[in-house]
Amino acid sequence: MTVAAINVRDLTKRFRDDVPPAVDGISFTVKRGQVVGLLGGNGAGKTTTISMLLGILIPTAGTIEILGVDMRRDRYAALPRLNFSSPYVDLPSRLTVRENLDVFGGLYGVRDLKTRIGELAELLDLTAFLDRKTGSLSSGQKTRAALAKALINRPELLLLDEPTASLDPDTADRVRGHLEAYARTQGAAILLASHNMAEVERLCADVLMMKAGRIVDRGSPADLIARYGREDMEQVFLDVARGTAQVAAQ
Amino acid sequence: MSGSLTRIGAMTRRHLYLFRSSWTRVFDLVYWPVLQMTIWGFVTVFLNQQSSWFANAAGVLIGAVLLWDVLVRSQFGLTLSLLEEMWSRNLANLFVSPLRPWEFAASLMLLSVTRSMIGVLPAALLAIPLFAYSVFDLGLPLLAFWMMLVMLGWSIGLLIGALLFRFGLAAESYAWASIFIIQPISGVWYPVSVLPEWLKPLAWSLPSTYVFEGMRAVMIDKVFRWDLLAQAFALNLVFMALAFGAFLFAFTRARQRGQLLQSSE
Repeated sequence: MTVAAINVRDLTKRFRDDVPPAVDGISFTVKRGQVVGLLGGNGAGKTTTISMLLGILIPTAGTIEILGVDMRRDRYAALPRLNFSSPYVDLPSRLTVRENLDVFGGLYGVRDLKTRIGELAELLDLTAFLDRKTGSLSSGQKTRAALAKALINRPELLLLDEPTASLDPDTADRVRGHLEAYARTQGAAILLASHNMAEVERLCADVLMMKAGRIVDRGSPADLIARYGREDMEQVFLDVARGTAQVAAQ
Repeated sequence: MSGSLTRIGAMTRRHLYLFRSSWTRVFDLVYWPVLQMTIWGFVTVFLNQQSSWFANAAGVLIGAVLLWDVLVRSQFGLTLSLLEEMWSRNLANLFVSPLRPWEFAASLMLLSVTRSMIGVLPAALLAIPLFAYSVFDLGLPLLAFWMMLVMLGWSIGLLIGALLFRFGLAAESYAWASIFIIQPISGVWYPVSVLPEWLKPLAWSLPSTYVFEGMRAVMIDKVFRWDLLAQAFALNLVFMALAFGAFLFAFTRARQRGQLLQSSE
């Protein structure tokens, strides 16, 4: 039996006792090679979930296995095999793209780093910007640089928090193309938190719908659209976020 | 172990790249030690003319200012490297990588040595032509004093790092001010004997006090006090253990509170 990329059981995060938990006993599995979307409104618990999967946030309860490794016991065995990108986290702006990739390549112990940086520069159209300071790049170029950092170690699992936020449609489309190609060619799993429903429909084979810290529904975009009697994921999202899901589903 | 060295090396390169791209940062490191040394150098010249004691103990103030700057730059160097990661919102990137907290702390210590050398070395060299004083005349004891002060700088830097993990950038002012609280009782400019009796135990609880007393013993009495060095080292080990424990504890608490992703105020 193949080990899942992510296996989460009863995961809970409570920041304070006097407020509801940010993540409330969720369980899910992501298979290897699967691209899964994590959908929900602001405060639904997406970023909290991703932070716990990455190990930078300690859960209040529950278990997380990443690539077969128990993250509470031995997260350093899993960390070299995954990576992430988020608009809430920057690459050091005074370093050039090449320097940033060199540093993170070193942190991940990437062999033949120069070749890998060259490959990523070519893949993500970064060659012309490699020696420019990261802070001087446009939003689209910065996002591609962050994606290059996220791919530097050829991760088996990629966690992405709003990977195309603040990008123009053209750049966002290219980034989605890179992600599709990476998942397909490397057999990598991707967990993607996004507010962009077109992105989710295009990339994800499976979607987890979150609301108030819970997973309230799950299925492929086509299944969800059919189940809610809607035309696209945007409408499904609104049904779930506004609590009109049952009415629509009936 | 080789993986750890690779990661520590990568973190060190990250900050060396930063120096290379920002000469203002390098200038900032050098500026204050040179300014302090110059002021105290002229004060020394004046006092030498007024007092036979100072004439006999030539350079004691310049030596003190240079060694004090080793301590200050060592602490600033460690804290500044951590602050650079917080300012650039890079902590989460670092800690989702295989970088262990102790490797991060080790790289901060290495950078602290680099920053303190960049800061203090030019001032020490400049004192030779300006005031005919070479701190290097202290010989091997200088190396011992330097190591003791760098270790204390690491301890204080790690404690401030713990505060930064706990309170975020709201604690930034502690990074610049905390070290100076120990200056009056470390016997930097005067011997501990001038302090009131009730303050002396506090003074002798600091490794820095043994270093500055030891420096005066070498410069004035021409004696190297091994006992002072041994006590400074023992205290430094205690300080380092406590500071490292606090740093790791604060790091774990930051992971519980979700502060590594949002490390602003």
